[in-house]
Formats: sequence, C-alpha cells, structure tokens
Amino acid sequence: MHGLVFDTAHLLAGGLVLVSFMMLYQDRLSALLNTFALHALVLALSVAWQAHAQDAAHLYVTAAIAFLFKALLIPVVLRRIVQRLGIHRQIETVVGIGPTMLAGMGLVALSMVVMLRVTAEAAPLAREDLAFALSVVLLGLLVMVTRRNAVGQVVGFMSLENGLVLAATGAKGMPLVVEISVAFSILIALIVIGIVLFRIRERFDTVDVHVLDRHRGEQP
Amino acid sequence: MPVVVVLSCVAGLVGTGCVAIAAGHGPRACRAVYGASLVLSLAALAAALVALLDGAAGPSATVLPLGLPWLGAQFRVDALAAFFLVTVNLGGAAASLYGLGITGEPAPHRVVPFFPAFLAAMNLVVLADDAFTFLFSWELMSLASWALVMAHHREHDNARAGYVYLVMASFGTLALLLAFGLLAGADGGYGFADIRAAAPTPLVAGLVLGLVLLGAGSKAGIVPVHVWLPLAHPAAPSHVSALMSGVMTKVAVYGLVRVAFDLLGEPAWWWSMVVLALGGATAVLGVLYALMQHDLKRLLAYHTVENIGIIYIGLGLALAFKADGMGLAAALALTAALFHVLNHSLFKSLLFFGAGAVLAATGERDMERLGGLIRRMPLTAVAVLVGCVAISALPPLNGFVSEWLTLQAILQSPQLPQWGLKILVPAVGGLLALSAALAAACFVKAYGVTFLGRPRSPQAETAREADRFALAAMAAFAGLCLLAGILPGLVIDGLAPVAQALVGQRMAPQLGQPWLSIVPIGESQSSYNGLLVFAFIALSASMAIYAIHRWASRAARRAPAWDCGFPEASPATQYTAGSFAQPIRRVLGTGVFRAREHVDMPPPGDPRPARLTVDLRDLIWDGIYAPIARAVGFAADRLNHLQFLTIRRYLTLVFLALVTLLLVLALWV
Repeated sequence: MHGLVFDTAHLLAGGLVLVSFMMLYQDRLSALLNTFALHALVLALSVAWQAHAQDAAHLYVTAAIAFLFKALLIPVVLRRIVQRLGIHRQIETVVGIGPTMLAGMGLVALSMVVMLRVTAEAAPLAREDLAFALSVVLLGLLVMVTRRNAVGQVVGFMSLENGLVLAATGAKGMPLVVEISVAFSILIALIVIGIVLFRIRERFDTVDVHVLDRHRGEQP
Repeated sequence: MPVVVVLSCVAGLVGTGCVAIAAGHGPRACRAVYGASLVLSLAALAAALVALLDGAAGPSATVLPLGLPWLGAQFRVDALAAFFLVTVNLGGAAASLYGLGITGEPAPHRVVPFFPAFLAAMNLVVLADDAFTFLFSWELMSLASWALVMAHHREHDNARAGYVYLVMASFGTLALLLAFGLLAGADGGYGFADIRAAAPTPLVAGLVLGLVLLGAGSKAGIVPVHVWLPLAHPAAPSHVSALMSGVMTKVAVYGLVRVAFDLLGEPAWWWSMVVLALGGATAVLGVLYALMQHDLKRLLAYHTVENIGIIYIGLGLALAFKADGMGLAAALALTAALFHVLNHSLFKSLLFFGAGAVLAATGERDMERLGGLIRRMPLTAVAVLVGCVAISALPPLNGFVSEWLTLQAILQSPQLPQWGLKILVPAVGGLLALSAALAAACFVKAYGVTFLGRPRSPQAETAREADRFALAAMAAFAGLCLLAGILPGLVIDGLAPVAQALVGQRMAPQLGQPWLSIVPIGESQSSYNGLLVFAFIALSASMAIYAIHRWASRAARRAPAWDCGFPEASPATQYTAGSFAQPIRRVLGTGVFRAREHVDMPPPGDPRPARLTVDLRDLIWDGIYAPIARAVGFAADRLNHLQFLTIRRYLTLVFLALVTLLLVLALWV
C-alpha cells in the first residue's frame, strides 16, 4: 500500500512539472489558458491524493477550491478577457521555444539537486513533493520572464502559486485558512488585473507591456 | 523591586511624550511636560540609588510580554545598571529642571514630545537584559535624539548635522546588531543570561569586541568614528545637548562595559591594547580639536570626545588587569573609569547648561563675540567656573579625583607581564597627562574669553542673568561636583558592588579612612584628601582676602581696565580665542590639522587691510569619510539606470537572483 501511495503522489507531482513544461511552449494565449486549466486540475488531483494519503479531510476542501477556482473559474474569466481584448490568437513569446525548454530542464535539475540535498532527513514523500514544487515555482517564474503579454505573465504567476500550494500540501498539517486566503488573494488579483487590463487597453490600445514602457513618465 | 519602579517611570515618560503630542505646545504644556519628566526622573533616580547602595538585595529582573514572542522583553537591574541609571536620571532630572525655565524656544512642538521619549529610551537601554530589547531601545534613543537634533532644522548646517548623525547611528547599530548576532550564536539565544552562559571562541570574542568598539564607540565618540558628535550635539537645544553629551555618551560607554566585562566572559590581554590605544588617541585628538574651536557649544562637544577617551583608558586598563588576574588593580581602574563617567556627566551637563544660558542671553555661540559676561551674569559665571575647574581636573573638584585614580592605575602597569602593555600603558599615561594639560588650556580660553574682559558685541553687553530654573540646575550640579570632589570616598564605596560584579574584586573601603582621605592602593604609596585640599584653598584664600582688606591701602585707585598701553582701545583689541589658541595651534596643529597661516599683506600705498587667514584640515574626514562618500556617490551614479528598466527586466533580475542563490546553495551545501 505504501508503495502505491508514494508512487501515485510522485506521479501527480511529476505530472504538474510536466504540465509546467507544456506551458513553456504554448505561444498562443488561448492554448496557454487551456494548459493552465490542466495545470490546476493536476494540482487538485495531487492535493486530493495527499488528503487521502495523509488522511486529512480538510485537504479535500483545498483540492476542491483548487479545482473550482483555478481549473474552472479563473481560466474562463481570463479567456473572456482575452477574447474581449481580441488577442487570443496573438503570438507573444520573447525567447524561442528551444532555449526556453533547455532553461526549464536546467531549472528542474537545479531544484532537484538543491532540495534533495537540503531535505536529507525529511520523509521521502515530502522530499519529492518539495523538489517538484520548487521546480514548478521556478518554471512559473520562467513563464513570467519569457512572456511579453500581461495576461501571459498573470498565468505564469498563477502557476507559480500552484507550486506553492503543492509544497504546502506536501508538508503535513497545513491549516485550511492559509489555502482559503491564498485562493481569495488570487481571485482578487485576477479582478484587479482584469480591471487594470481594460483600463490600460482603453488608454493605450494594447496590453503589450513592451508598449507600455514607452508611456512611463520617469524615463531618464 | 527597583526594576519595576524604574520601568513604571519609563512608562510614565513615554506616556508624557505621547500626551505632549496631543497637548499642544503652549508654555504651560511645555512646563507640564518638563515638570512630569523631572518628577519621573527623580523617582527613577531614587530607585536606582536604592538598588546601587543596597548591595544585599542582588539583581532584580522582570519579563514583559513584548518584543520577540519566545523571548519577551527582559529587564534587569544589577549593580552596573543601577549605577548607569543613577547617571542617566541625574542628568535627566537636571535637564528637565533647566527645561522648566526655557522661554522663547522657537519650535517647542519639535522638542517637547521627544524629550521624555529620549529619557525613557536611555533608561531602557540600561535596563535591557536581552539583545532585542537592547537594540530596540538603542535605536529608539538614536531616533529620539535625532529628532531633537533636527528641532531647529532650518538653522545653518543643522540639516547636515542630522544627516551625518543618522548615517553614523545606523552604522553603529549595524555593528551592534552583528555583534549581538555573533554573541547569540546559531541557536539564537538572545537573552543576556544565555549569552553569559555560552563561552565564545577567542576569534568570535575578538570580532564581537571590535564590532562593539565600532558600534558603541561611534555613539560615544571614539576617534575616528566621532565625526557626527561635534556636529550633532551643538545643533540640539542646549538642555538636550547637555543630555546627549553628558548622558547619552555614557549609555554608549555602558554598552561597551556590559559586553566587554560581562557578556564576553574572560578578556584576552590584547583587547586592552586596542581599547587603550583608542582611548589615548581619542583623548589627545579630542582636546586638540576642542582647542581649535571658537564656538562655545562645539568646543564642549569636542571636549566630550576627550573625556570619553579618558574613560576608555580606564576601561582598557581594567581589561588588562582583569586578563592578568590582578583583581585589585582592575577594580581600581574600573572604579576610576566609572567615577569619570559620573563626573563627566555632572560637569559636562553643567557646562552645556551654562552655554545654553549664554546662548539664551546673547544669542551668540561664537566666543569671539562674547566677553565680560561675569558682570552681567554673575551667578552663571560662578557655576560655569566650577564646571571649568572640574573638567580641567584641578583639585579639589571631582574631575581631579577620577583622573588621579586613572593615573594611579597606570602606575600599576609595571606589574603587568606582557611587554606590549608595559610599553603602551606608560605612553598612554603620557597622552592622558598631555590631554589633561591641554584641557586646562582649553577651558582657560573658553572661560576667559567668554566671561572675562570686555564685551565684544552689543549682544554681550546687554546680556541678562539666566532664569531661576537654569540657575537651580547649574547650582545643583556645581554643588554635586564639589561634593564628589571633597568626599570621593562616598562615590568609590558606592561603586564597589559594580567592581565586585565585573572584575571579581573591589577597592578597599574608603569611608573608614581617617580624615576622609582616599587610599587607592596602600597608605605607603599614595593618598589624597579632597576635604583637606578644599579646606586649605578656602583658608588660604580667605587669609589672602583678609590680609588685602586689612593691610592694603584704603585709598581707591582708579585706572582704565585692560589698558596695556592702548588707552580707550576698542574691545576688539582684547586677547581673542584665536590668539589664545595660536601657540598650541602652531606647535601641535601644524602636524595634526595641517594648519597653515596665510598673511595677505597689501603693498605700500594700498589702503586695503592686511589679512591673516588660518587654514585647518580635518585629516580624519579627508582620509576616511570623504573617500567613502565619493565611492558611494560613484556607485549610486552607476546603479542609477536600474531605476529605469522594464517590468520584464525586473522580473528577469529577480529570477536570475533566485537562480544564482540556488546555484550557490547547490554548490556549497
């Protein structure tokens, strides 16, 4: 039984890293949003499995929140924003796919080396989870760095956030309060970003941050 | 429980400060704040005196549920803390008394709320028994005093003084923070009890001592980290200058004593070399700087630097003797240093009160525009004279006793086993003697030019005597200076529990000696009797006065004053501060300050006046601070373009920083 618990958790966390890689090479926004929904779905499954493995009922609630908000609500809302902005077909990466994927592999290797060495005394399940979680966080940052579009950066940030949730559920005894507050902070961030995006769009006719830079008042 | 009483007084002071913000800044509100500060300081003083003199009671401690959650705010009053609490609250009470009489303060709302907060913070530093509380109170003390320095922020140079002070205070706290971090170790035992229990390795102990010398030393005014002090102390209102110079520097000395003698455990002998060398250099350079100043308050501030040097010499000697197991000599040196702490807080506060009275009466700090004040302000003049005599270390006043005790400790140095100390200590003794002589010259100049002679400006001519509160504060401290000078045995015996706690031995009880003499080592070596000297001076002076009045001719002779062959000369022909300092400037200043004189002599036929200009350079500023400032300015210019990156660049920078740190971790662990 223990072997199955461990293997499944390993599989799901590894799946999260895999979906993070998939996000790296989505150059269209609608495809990126689909992948993000998949990312959140895998996260929800992983959290649910952790709830089962740790026999912690409140983690089911966490998993449900992750599924409802991150896999359903946020992608739907973002998709509507993208469509209303009319940028769902745009291609908007800065760095080419090849170098990005190579960098992502390097990051995963780095997080494995660091985490497995640092957490030598921890339980094996938590160790693997933390190593994968760090990979997801780093890949999320990489997504943010390689996108030029504000929506792409938001998605990168939220996948980074998924990595944090993975790390938190991997460790035993995370209180639900944290998860609820995190979910709501993401929701609020989404609303704020949505409003800001529309405002920016009204003003400047674009959400390309590269274009926005030209309108800053503090140029030297 | 003295600690509870003092803490209640601190709470009262903080409350007074908060009320002062709300209560407005009319004269009555100011008076109420100073009155409350006076009462609370006196109460804390009484509690501290009880704690110091009642040796049987032992330390009293308490923990408040503030600060770090697992640590709390720990407070403790032992003999050392009690002595410094006495010093702090004595100065605080006198400054509050002086404050009661202040009229015409241009910005009372910038002074009144911070004054009680400053007093409270200084009490808290001394009370603290864990590193967090100590550093917090230390920063509170720095900030409150900074706010007071900036009270008159529109005056010339005050903003710069505040800026330099803020930078140096942050630097000092950084050094202290690192020192306490090293002391607490990796486990984070921040309570002083934990730190005492953990014995640091010699390397860590040496590092901690160096950091504390930098951190506490910059607050105390040790050369070369003294630069803020002569700028900031005079910039504050005078009673605050008295507190900063007389009391806050003592709190800084407390920081060094607490760490070096208490927390670090057994000292190594080479520590004393560092402290002694710093003390000697500070003493001589401080008084040389003071001699070159013609601004009364700035002169006093530089002179504080000299006195801190003398205190450090005493502390260094105590460290040396303690490291070599010479308990009695260590007790003597430590007692001398702490005695000088008390003395300096008395006479420096007194002199700053006097300078404040002169400033209030004339609006002038420049000595070259004063003079003849002894006729307009006779009571102030007498009190300041007592302070000048005391600070010049002349018997029978208190300054002599503590410097004499320090010299007695220096005379014990041939018994030290290390050759380095055997050579260094007599050299430091020479520096101490030199600085004492120069201090006397400095105060002859300050007193003579300010109070004697004829007024050099209309403001000095129309000066009025200080108000009764200022006079009361000065009279009280002048009386205490005299009392500590003629009854030094009282103070020495009061300091015995401190010496016992810190170096394991105490000086022999002095109050039992016949005729109230003090005998630091043994009857055969040396003894001093302040009462006898005082009685002799009083007696011979009265006899001289009697003889003159009895036998001198009663025929009154009237002659022009200061008529040195120039009848009806203007006051500008008097001896000035600059001319008084000139011989010393030529002998010592040429090397130390690169002093150069330029004479601009017009050719015959040109009616333009000849000019003599003196050019002084501060080599410490030019050599240390100016290059640092240039480097910081250069780096700031280079880094400026980081202000103007795009969002994605910033994200990339954060990302790269994170990856780099992870790489370091991966390669290192």
